[in-house]
Parts: sequence; structure tokens; C-alpha cells
Amino acid sequence: MADREYDKGPAQQRRRLLQAGLGAATLGAIPGAGQLATQAQGTFDWKRFKGEKIEVFLVKSPRGDLLTRYHKEFEDLTGITVGSEMIPEQQQRQKAVIEFNSGNTSFDVIAISYHVQKRLFGKNKWMEDVRPLLADKSLTDPNLDFADFSKGGMAWATQPDGRIDSLPFNIDPWVIYYNKELFDAKNIAYPKSFPEIVDAAAKLNDPAKGVCGFVARGLKNANVPVWTSFLLGYGGTFVDANGKLATDTAAAVDAAKMYQTLLAKYGPQGVAGFNWNEAQSLFLQGKAAMWLDGIGFAQPLEDPTKSRIVGKVGYGVMPPGPKAQVSAMFGDGEGISSFSKKKGPSWLYLQWAANKANQFRILQAAAGAPVRNSAYLAAQSSTDIKAPKEWIECMLTSARIALPGLPVIAPVTEFRDIFGIALTNMINGADPAAELKKATAEFQPILDKSEKT
Amino acid sequence: MPAIVMPPARGARFLARRRRSYYLFIVPALVVVGAVIVFPWLFTLWMSAFDWTIGSTAHFVGLGNYQKLLGNQRFLESILHTFYFTALAVAVPLVLGTAAAMIFHREFPFRGVLRGIFVMPMMATPVAVALVWTMMFHPQQGVLNYLLSLVGLPPSLWVYSPTLVIPSLVLVEVWHWTPLVMLIVLGGLAALPTEPYESARLDGATEWQLFRYITLPLVAPFLVVAAVIRTIDALKTFDTIYVITGGGPGTASETINLYLYLQAFAFYNIGNASAVVVVFFVIVLVLALLLLHVREKTKWS
Repeated sequence: MADREYDKGPAQQRRRLLQAGLGAATLGAIPGAGQLATQAQGTFDWKRFKGEKIEVFLVKSPRGDLLTRYHKEFEDLTGITVGSEMIPEQQQRQKAVIEFNSGNTSFDVIAISYHVQKRLFGKNKWMEDVRPLLADKSLTDPNLDFADFSKGGMAWATQPDGRIDSLPFNIDPWVIYYNKELFDAKNIAYPKSFPEIVDAAAKLNDPAKGVCGFVARGLKNANVPVWTSFLLGYGGTFVDANGKLATDTAAAVDAAKMYQTLLAKYGPQGVAGFNWNEAQSLFLQGKAAMWLDGIGFAQPLEDPTKSRIVGKVGYGVMPPGPKAQVSAMFGDGEGISSFSKKKGPSWLYLQWAANKANQFRILQAAAGAPVRNSAYLAAQSSTDIKAPKEWIECMLTSARIALPGLPVIAPVTEFRDIFGIALTNMINGADPAAELKKATAEFQPILDKSEKT
Repeated sequence: MPAIVMPPARGARFLARRRRSYYLFIVPALVVVGAVIVFPWLFTLWMSAFDWTIGSTAHFVGLGNYQKLLGNQRFLESILHTFYFTALAVAVPLVLGTAAAMIFHREFPFRGVLRGIFVMPMMATPVAVALVWTMMFHPQQGVLNYLLSLVGLPPSLWVYSPTLVIPSLVLVEVWHWTPLVMLIVLGGLAALPTEPYESARLDGATEWQLFRYITLPLVAPFLVVAAVIRTIDALKTFDTIYVITGGGPGTASETINLYLYLQAFAFYNIGNASAVVVVFFVIVLVLALLLLHVREKTKWS
């Protein structure tokens, strides 16, 4: 019952609140009922910008789809009309940079990928600091419940100088999907350490049957988080306190060797050209024992029209490395363009987008990992979640041990390109230490330059 | 123009006025060409003298960007990849296209229908073609390796292998653009006179001799036109490579265009990208002059 509440109109919900005879604030503390609180109108005037129109610039993804599907709800709540554009992430990122750089944006609200754009946007102050808006009682819904946002999410949304220029929406910790049927057939347990991953991959690799022990991205640029997943477990970092790259240290080389072994030795033929979709289709066919990637793929894996391994998928938390147990993490959120002339209505949109109901919907649709703690509490008592319980548990644990999977620097794309090429070369037989040394030497001046200006 | 202001005689003055009124008519074209070609070109040249990344301030570096490009191994390799790709993607369709034209020039049943089928690849959108080939190249699930296995050959890595990637990409280009060469050459063949063939046959020439010493020299101007068009197309190929390999594996299929795209639209190094464009422009210019020179020569013979 409870999880269906937000599908009803605000008026009905308000009535429910009155019936309960409780203030909205107290309700927020009750698991599962949290979604109600955000939309209870109470004293807050959602309609103050009635009749205005804002432009929202989203990324084509399950999250973008989700927000777009419920835009009508925001329009009914506030009387603000939403014009939205949703394009693939590569193009969205390019268009955003070009528009911001021109000093005028066609959009008021923008979806941002923290692992790529955070530093660039923050350095240029392209997005509005929301702290003054948060402090303004007339503009901020008392039920926003800022404390509900997880630490990981807020770490993404906060710039080094303390500015909060977006509200987090979703984090994407990396996990290992494994094929239980293949594991059981050889009586192998899910690995509990890095050497055990390699060991399991070796035992399960069976080229004669077209089954590979391990699959992950080998395509340059896309492949970097696979390596950093290992790097973080080996206790490595990206950049030290003096701004010097730590990408050719012993930890980095060990991680690269592990990457090389897993992909070149126990990976499929041609893995150097694999992005997540090639890896996914192989895993869906039951042709790969393990697949390391972001957590957002439960939906296709459990879809009988796409997957041959429905019900046989294990969702494994990244095992502990020699130094630490870390799940490399991506993240996205929404911010307000500094050039927008409609900051008030845009702020209302941000509050709505990151509200408890929408956060819960992410889980419901298995579209990612929400940043609000209440969403997980609600999920535990809900019967309306399609995703397997094991997936949610895996996500909860992973979120707790998550660290950024890419360095928070402006030239992230160049970092990924240069180190991505090094990793692809390793799959084709190059020496990990030499490749990392070369890539580090090539990237250091680019990093120095970006931090200077 | 002092000659216009101070005319020495009546006739000259009339001419001068006429000339002046002519100038007025070229103004629109001049404005358009200036705005869409000359200005962007000069602006690119100007930007190439700056060290400028979007999101940071620009510094004037003069020829610094060019100097860095000269020492940039990745860029120099991308030029080699471009030449390698272009050479194959021009030569192979020329040979196959000419052969196809010779076949379609003969009379045989259903010639019209078959010719229509043969030119169909040309009508397909490059990105769609590239996506379909990507699937066919897939090492596990692709149809190409299945076909190889049918005839008992070992599977190939196609675009996933650093050494095979460029020839594999050329395969796509060949499939896509051989029909164009065929059409051009076929047009040339249709215009050939029949007399030289008759007299050559009387002299006892073989079919090969007919082709080598009569047909080939006579269609040479058409072949050069086809070569020019193919060279331009091959040099600027972007969509096929970007969609299928993105320049990979590693940088094995990174042509100048892909390198340029990365610099400009992924790394936002506008200064460096502008310098790459200027270098690319010079390369295209030199190649174009070379081809024009060849064309003049074939005309003369």
C-alpha cells in the first residue's frame, strides 16, 4: 500500500496526512512513508512560479527516462511548464561545454555526470551554488530533508571549495555479475580476494565451449574504470597531495597486471574492442563467468526476452584487494546553469527531481543506485520492487565501500583516453609497467596545465 | 581605383563605368564566400596560434602548436594511418569498379536488374552501414567468422586486431563505394568509339590487348575523375571509422580526422585542434594539386 502513495494526486496524499494526524516532518522518519512527506504541500508554496517555463537538459539513460516520464507530476505540482531535451551522454557533454563556454545556455537545469564533468564545471563556476537557495525558507521545501542524502552522493555534489552546485541523484558503484550456473558446475565459490578472482577466471575459462572466465571493457577510454577498480583495491590513488600522478606506482602496475591477466588470458577474443554492451551481450548469452561493470544492468539481465540467464545471475560485491575493499563509483546529479534567468523555478525542479518518491522510483525500475538513504529503507518493506533482493543488498554494501572511480580533475576525458590506450596495448601484449610509465609521462603536463589556469 | 576616377577618354570612361557596375553583382557572392569560407578559415588559422582549452584562458604561442605536433608521435602515426587507409580505399574500389564496369558493359540477361542491385550499397546511410558491419565483425557472434568457419578457415579478429583493423575498415569502404567507381567507368565505356576495336580485331589482337591498349587509355580520364572523388571521400572518412572502432584498438586505426575530433570535441583543445586542421588542409591541398596534375596529363594523351 504505502509504496503506491505517490501515484495519487497531492490532494489525496494531504488527506492521508491529515488522517494520520501527524506533521509531515515526523512522517519523514517512518520508513516507507517518507515519500509522502516531500509532496505534502503544508506551508510551502510550490505554486509561487506558476506559469513560468524552464528548459531541462538531460542524458538519455534509464534515469533520464524516469524523470521525463514523471515531468507531468512536477507541472501539476508547481504550474511550471517543463521543456526537456534528452540526448546521448557523449553529445550531451559536448553540447553542455560549448554552451557554457559561450556564456549563455539554452537550458536552465542540466544533468551532470560527476565522474566526468564535476571539476570542469566547478572550476568555471558554470553551475549555481545551491547553498543560498537551501537557506532561503521561502524557496526550499521544509521536507527536502537534506540529511537524507548519503555521504557518497554529497561528496560528489560538493566542490573542493565547499560550493554545492548540484543535487546528487544517483551513484553507480561497480560490481561483479557472475553466472551462478557456471560457478556451481565447477563447484567454485564467489571469490573473496583478488587472487581468487584470477583463480576462478582461470578455472571457469573454457574456450572450447566458447565460455570465457572474465569479461569487462577493453575498449580504450571505457576500460579505465576496470583498471581503477583494481587500483583502489591495491591501495593506489590517482594523484598525490602535490598534484603528481600516482599512476605508475607499484599498486598501479599490480592492478594493470591483474587487468592484463584477466582480459588477455581469460577474456574473450577481441576484448580490446569491447565496451559494456559487447560485454553485456556475451554475459547475457551465458558465455562469460564474471563481468565487472556498473551496477545498473540488473534490468536486462533479468529480462527473459533479452537474457538466457534469468535467475542465474549472482550480484557480487567487489572482493577486498590486498590493501582495501573498494567499489569504484560513478555518479550523476542535476544542477542549475549559472546563466539561467529562472533560478527559482529551476531550484524547485531540482528539489522535485531529487525527492524521495523519485529516488524510490530509481530502485523500483532498477535504474541505478539512489543517493537517499530513505529509498533503501522503503525498499526493504516494499513488495513493489522488480529487482532481485540480492541486487539491492549488493548495492547497499557496495555504496558503503564506494570511492570515485576516476580522478576528480578537469581533463578526465584525456586521462581516460591516454590510460585507455595503454590498457588496450596491454591486452595486445605490451608490458604494463612500461605502458603506465609512458602514459603517466604523457598525461602529467596536461594535468599540470589544467590545474594552473 | 584611380583609373576609374580620372578617365582619359570617353570610351574608356564608358568601359570603366561598366566595369564598376559589374563589381556590384559579385558583392553578394563575395559576402557569402567571405562569411562562410574565408572568415572561418582565417579564424582557424588565428586560433591555431593560441594555446587554448575551453574553460581556461588562451595564451598566444605563435607556431608552438605546430612545433608540438611535429614531435607528437600519435599525430604523426595518424597521418600514416590516413595515407594507408586512403591508398587502399582508393586503389581497391578502382580495380574492382573497373572490372565490374567491364562486366556490366556486356550484354547478358537481367543486366539492368543486376546493375540496379549492384549500386544499392551506395544508397545506404554510412552510419547504418557501419553499425551493421560492426555486428558482422564481432569475433564471437559475427557472421563473418561463421562464414570463415564454413570454409574451414580459423576465425579472424577483424577490427579487433591492431594489424587487421585498417584493411577490415577498407573492406567496408570497398563494399560501400565500388558501385560509384563502376558507374563512372561505365559512363566512360558507353562513350567509347567502336572503330578502334574493329581494326584491332582485324589485326588479331587478344581480349586482354584490347583492354590494355585501347579501353584502358580511353577511359583513363574517367578513372582519374573516380580517383579524385574516391580520394576526397577516403581522406575525409570519419563516420565509418568512428562508429566501428573509434580509432582503436588503442590508436591502430586513428586517422587525422579521428585525432582531430578527439582534440576538438573530447578534450576541447581548440588551439591544438586548429593546428591539426591547418596541417590537414595543407595535405589535402598538396594531394589535390597532384591529382589535378595527373588529370591534365591524361587529358593531353
